[in-house]
Amino acid sequence: MLTDINAILFYVFAALVLGGGVLTVTRRNAVHSAISLIVSLLGVAGLFLLQQAEFLFAVQIMLYVGGIMLLFLFVIMLVNLDQAANERQFNKQWLVALAAVAAVGAGVGYFLYRGKDAFHFAEAVTGLPPGLGNTEALADSLFSEYLLPFEIASVLLLVAVVGSVVMAKKRI
Amino acid sequence: MHPITTFHYLVLSAALLLIGTVGVLTRRNVVIILMSIELILNAVNINLIAFSHALHNVNGQIFAIFVITDAVAEAAVGLGILIALFRNKETVQADEMDILKW
Repeated sequence: MLTDINAILFYVFAALVLGGGVLTVTRRNAVHSAISLIVSLLGVAGLFLLQQAEFLFAVQIMLYVGGIMLLFLFVIMLVNLDQAANERQFNKQWLVALAAVAAVGAGVGYFLYRGKDAFHFAEAVTGLPPGLGNTEALADSLFSEYLLPFEIASVLLLVAVVGSVVMAKKRI
Repeated sequence: MHPITTFHYLVLSAALLLIGTVGVLTRRNVVIILMSIELILNAVNINLIAFSHALHNVNGQIFAIFVITDAVAEAAVGLGILIALFRNKETVQADEMDILKW
């Protein structure tokens, strides 16, 4: 019964993710693309929740949907996209690009098919050891084992802040 | 109904990766190219979380946090560059930004 509900939820979220993704890359209007991307990101958040990654579920909704997509929508408003919506949407090398993607897809599909038997270990779904919530486990690991990468990430964010401020200056 | 295994998540992640790649390679609008990059990064995150869940190991989720951090930095800088480009060239089409071509 529980596995049935899990399976149904997985397929619902997978449909959201893939449908939103396809709409994102095919829509003419950039605002419609952004809305489809939000649907797709919410589907990904649901998949995180299905796999007991509660902290990342919250991060995905607050940071991606609340932060990055807001940034995208602001830029779409700042940059005049009305003219771009009336022009050709796909570039000239789209046929070559599709062929390249098909080749990559064939490669990935082949590897997945060959490695299929190696993935059956996932069927024992128990999650993390009891007594330790997901957020606590993440924090324990992040602030002990991964302290240096964490600090480097903060420097990266500082660089990004400075960079975007410089880029948005009047004369550059 | 078959139980959902890691394999299902890997197939979904591969499909999302391919959709994002098509978007990056074929669209002309830079805003939508940046959105496609977000799709690719989310495909990576699905993969990481699937393996983190399967192996009962929290390292995959830590890595996903760093991927999200990178995505934020990339979106902020990329959109800043886009605004600067639009001020100077009055276009958002990727194939019209060809000053370096000859």
